[in-house]
Amino acid sequence: MSHETRRRAGWGATALARAPALTLVILLAPIAAGLAGTLLPAFGWLPVVGAAGFSLEPWRILLADPGLGQSLALSLWTGFATTSLSLLLALALLATCHHTPWLRRIRQILAPLLAVPHAALAFGLAFLIAPSGWLARWFSPWATGWDRPPDLAGFGPQDPWGLSLILALLLKQTPYLLFMGLSGLSQLPVESWSATARSLGYGPITTFFKVILPSLYPLLRLPVFAALAFSLTVVDVALIIGPSTPPTLAVRALRWFNDPELSWRLPAAAAAVLLTLLVLASLAAWEGTVRLLGRLSRFWVIGGWRGGMGGIARRLALGGGGMVFACATLSMWGLLLWSVARHWSFPLAWPERWTLENWTGQTDNLSAMIGATSIIGVAATALALGLSVACLEHEARQRPTFAGRSLWLLYLPLLAPQVGFLFGIQVLLVWTGLDGGWPALVWAHLLFVLPYVFLSLADPWRAFDARYQQTALALGASRARVFWRVKLPMLRGPVAVAAAVGFSISVAQYLPTLFAGAGRHATITTEAVTLASGANRRIIGVYAAVQATLPLLGFAVALWIAKRRPG
Amino acid sequence: MAMIGKPRLGLRWILIPLLALFITTGATADPTWEDTEKTARGQTVYWNAWGGDDKVNAYIAWVGEQVKERYDITLQHVKVSDIAETVSRILAEKYAGRNEKGTVDLLWLNGENFHAMKSNGLLFGPFSGRLPHYPSVDTITIPSTTLDFTEPVEGMEVPWGKSHLVFIHNTAQLQNPPKSASELMAYILAHPGRFTYPEPPDSLGSTFLKQILNELTDQREALQKPVVESTFGAVTAPLWGWLDAIRPHLWRQGQTFPQSTPALRQLLADGEIDIAFSLNPNDASAEIEKGNLRDTVRTYVLAGGTIANTHFVAIPYNSSAKEAAQVVANFLLSPEAQARKLDPAVWGDPTVLGLEKLSAADRERFTRLKRGIATLSPGELGPPLPEPHPSWMERLEAAWRARYSR
Amino acid sequence: MNVNDSRMLVLKDIRIRLQDRLLFAPLNLTVHPGEVVTVMGPSGCGKSTLLNYICGILPPAFEARGSVRLGGRELTGLPLEQRRIGILFQDILLFPHLSVAENLAFGLRAGHSRQTRRFRVETALQDAGLEGLGGRDPATLSAGQQARAALMRTLLAEPEALLLDEPFSKLDTELRARIRTFVFEHARQRRLPTLLVTHDPADATDAAGPAIVLDRAPALSDGNPTAAAADPENPKTAPPPVPTAPRRP
Repeated sequence: MSHETRRRAGWGATALARAPALTLVILLAPIAAGLAGTLLPAFGWLPVVGAAGFSLEPWRILLADPGLGQSLALSLWTGFATTSLSLLLALALLATCHHTPWLRRIRQILAPLLAVPHAALAFGLAFLIAPSGWLARWFSPWATGWDRPPDLAGFGPQDPWGLSLILALLLKQTPYLLFMGLSGLSQLPVESWSATARSLGYGPITTFFKVILPSLYPLLRLPVFAALAFSLTVVDVALIIGPSTPPTLAVRALRWFNDPELSWRLPAAAAAVLLTLLVLASLAAWEGTVRLLGRLSRFWVIGGWRGGMGGIARRLALGGGGMVFACATLSMWGLLLWSVARHWSFPLAWPERWTLENWTGQTDNLSAMIGATSIIGVAATALALGLSVACLEHEARQRPTFAGRSLWLLYLPLLAPQVGFLFGIQVLLVWTGLDGGWPALVWAHLLFVLPYVFLSLADPWRAFDARYQQTALALGASRARVFWRVKLPMLRGPVAVAAAVGFSISVAQYLPTLFAGAGRHATITTEAVTLASGANRRIIGVYAAVQATLPLLGFAVALWIAKRRPG
Repeated sequence: MAMIGKPRLGLRWILIPLLALFITTGATADPTWEDTEKTARGQTVYWNAWGGDDKVNAYIAWVGEQVKERYDITLQHVKVSDIAETVSRILAEKYAGRNEKGTVDLLWLNGENFHAMKSNGLLFGPFSGRLPHYPSVDTITIPSTTLDFTEPVEGMEVPWGKSHLVFIHNTAQLQNPPKSASELMAYILAHPGRFTYPEPPDSLGSTFLKQILNELTDQREALQKPVVESTFGAVTAPLWGWLDAIRPHLWRQGQTFPQSTPALRQLLADGEIDIAFSLNPNDASAEIEKGNLRDTVRTYVLAGGTIANTHFVAIPYNSSAKEAAQVVANFLLSPEAQARKLDPAVWGDPTVLGLEKLSAADRERFTRLKRGIATLSPGELGPPLPEPHPSWMERLEAAWRARYSR
Repeated sequence: MNVNDSRMLVLKDIRIRLQDRLLFAPLNLTVHPGEVVTVMGPSGCGKSTLLNYICGILPPAFEARGSVRLGGRELTGLPLEQRRIGILFQDILLFPHLSVAENLAFGLRAGHSRQTRRFRVETALQDAGLEGLGGRDPATLSAGQQARAALMRTLLAEPEALLLDEPFSKLDTELRARIRTFVFEHARQRRLPTLLVTHDPADATDAAGPAIVLDRAPALSDGNPTAAAADPENPKTAPPPVPTAPRRP
């Protein structure tokens, strides 16, 4: 860019030039501070409980804790099983559908699943698969002979192998990876590649794995990392449906953080550090395995095997996808039914008596919660949009900012375990006097909203045909005017969708709201998870329904904006 | 971080001594209760309390309306899933040097959380003696109002309600429930999968451990003193033997435990288990009232009596609305608030007031309440067993975890 | 030409509609082995749609009827990968994650020994004048080299017919002529029935075979199956416009 244009651009350009740095500070400063605030206690420094010297004592306590090994193994098992299964399922669905109209349909069918918060799905799933749950009720007593719920050890929610936890995570991770896969596919010449390979005689599924996947996976790498890190460190879902004797490492750390005996904060911090190391090692192991598989599969890729129509793979993929979809939908419907149920005992498949009390009794509280949730969500989303657009616009005029190698910086909040840095962030917020206020809350949400907003906005922004701008500039319009009157209106669809994504992420935040809001600002999600400790399915049903509806409304508005003609 | 922190730190060095001076002079002036009520006007109280039960939440919402109307105090119920989160927050505030303008003004707690906060200097007080309604508290027949898990309360927290461990069963399924540890074991062995207890450190789960320990151990006096490591094994051996024996016959073979009182109750409602228990003697009645439990459900206690304790409210040392928090605490002790709390249609939590200390009109508020269908009379409830020293809770939970959570 | 040659590509009474509009008049066409038939027409006349139909990858918005036979097999209803039709696209699509030699090996069918495979790939590379470039990343090849490699990959898969979808349109004039000759030579050598879709009259001239022009069908005219039937042996077919020198677009 020439001196001339730079000078003319004025303060707007200066602001744009600072946008990437500002974004990084907003994202990384709290995480750095948070990690520091966790590292210090892990090595024995927490003066407030009388620990003022550095020592390895917290680590000794941590490592001597019985069952630590099992917790570690459980975290690893659930994390890797969830991530590989959901990736496999997502890839299988893409492989089966990439050349058919089903691709678009899948997007529409699974979109609502993306909007439903994890915790809500976990509650619903717990009711669906419990021995006294909905599934058992459908087949009882006529088929099973159960007039009372059976006692099935090791089956149902909270089973010791973490199978129900894996299933619960699968319900969210699969649609997430599928969506990231779809957005990756849209950046590749899939149709021509696929036609070329198929004209060489390759079946569509073999085509996907031999031709498309090698170019698609690099685009999926960071989303897969985020999924793996999330599965390894998830707290709310694990509390609801995960095993408890022993629990996963993240839950164990959180329990210690919450132990009334304050000296447990030290081993808790050590456990959080251990969890962070576990995440790092897992990411490295995953990447190593993927590379090894890539190398080993080269022989297979060029070996000439064509594959058939992939009938079995197709059935497996559609069956798996159907199961995920059915489980998620039934989970939500089960909760909705509970929200209007009065008596509903085993083995009845439907409530005996219905009531609206559960809803009417909550209206005041609900409206306050919806208000708070919306304000935080809208504020965090607006800020995230502003920063993302500024970064992308700067990039369009100068050079790439968060592309290629530096993209992982944006992913950092999604890769670092929340238990690992939230206590530290809490201390930082308290120290700066920001905690409990709206700014802190919005900031904490921004950490998690911004990456998703940026990622969903980046592709359409980069794909925007610069000739529109050039044409407008040639007509004598200023850069700012071209941006506001040409580029932004033309990109309103992607902007609206990114906003909806951001809003749904904000609605789902639990730990960040809890830690940054000093509990003073309850949202639908904190309320719902809190109520979960009360196990009252009726009220949980009410809140989960609202929790799922809010983001869906966001998506509906986004679609409406995207379809509407401007002006 | 340093850039934001430094100027504030400088300011703090000046402000803290000034404020300390102010607070000390304020304290010596010894404000009257009227002064406190006057200062409290317009303040906002953030009350951190477990939010897992909509009955309790609705009651707290009612308290909020009342104090707004009467004292112009805004009460915000900060719903937490575990009050330890709040203790953690206050700790973080102290860690960061925020010794005033804290984010918590009132919290609902007892036992080990009280012990932890008191011994770490996280509480404001003593103040309970100042509250006009405090003299009506029945400190004689409810000794746990002054000894919270053997820890002397010393005015640092205000009694709010009474807990008494009761067992709950559905008479449609179980006519003669087991009434001692040994009967319970026999029942569990005969009916595998139909009994469980909440996972410690859930307070109900820990209370269950203490109840069984209390019945089985031959060294009950030891429980009233802090744990002595050298004798812990001997004192608790019968408990572990008992728990080991029942474990494979528990609900889901003892591989999974419910996480809370309501979760345990839901298992009873779903018919997954035969016996549940609760620290609220009116729990079953209130849940029948709400349609969550069948009206064939009844309450009973073990033959040797069951553990009872008191739950309290306390004010953190750095609360930003200490006056209003005291006014709210005082309102919670008023006969009107206590009677409403006792009503099974509202919550059903027993009062800490001595009825004989009340005026006839106030006493009427309590006596006109119909006892719930599944609520035991005071006679049936039997004498309360005292809580062991809080160190036992911590130690039992750790030992339980080491044994079964691996 | 031998009508009984079992290796010919026969299109019979093909009608493609989009929202009740017939794209072009019902089409009948026979392409004999080693023959290159050129399909021409203005953009939007349905040339690419016709190719998609022959491949079986027509988007569902279209409604199509008719029959495609290749070497005596009925192709209608078969998935693309079972039709044994090689396609060369406008964009030369060498897969970026494979080297040039690996791209060619990708075309080979399974079942040969390692040595045989390597030998056949090497021979193909030589045929295409790409000796010594097998280990290269395809992106480092020139456009002409890429085009030749892509053709070799297609031929190694042993197709029974060849479809060329404006495969030379992105090359400059001189290169286009050379590559065209190269492709046609290989197609004739293997006696492949070849269908070339283009809007460049020079392509048609070079193909030296019959050429047909796709006309927009008159609205709702498909009641008459003989209307504007385009067959090289049909005297009604218009002669292709054959300018002497290719023009740059």
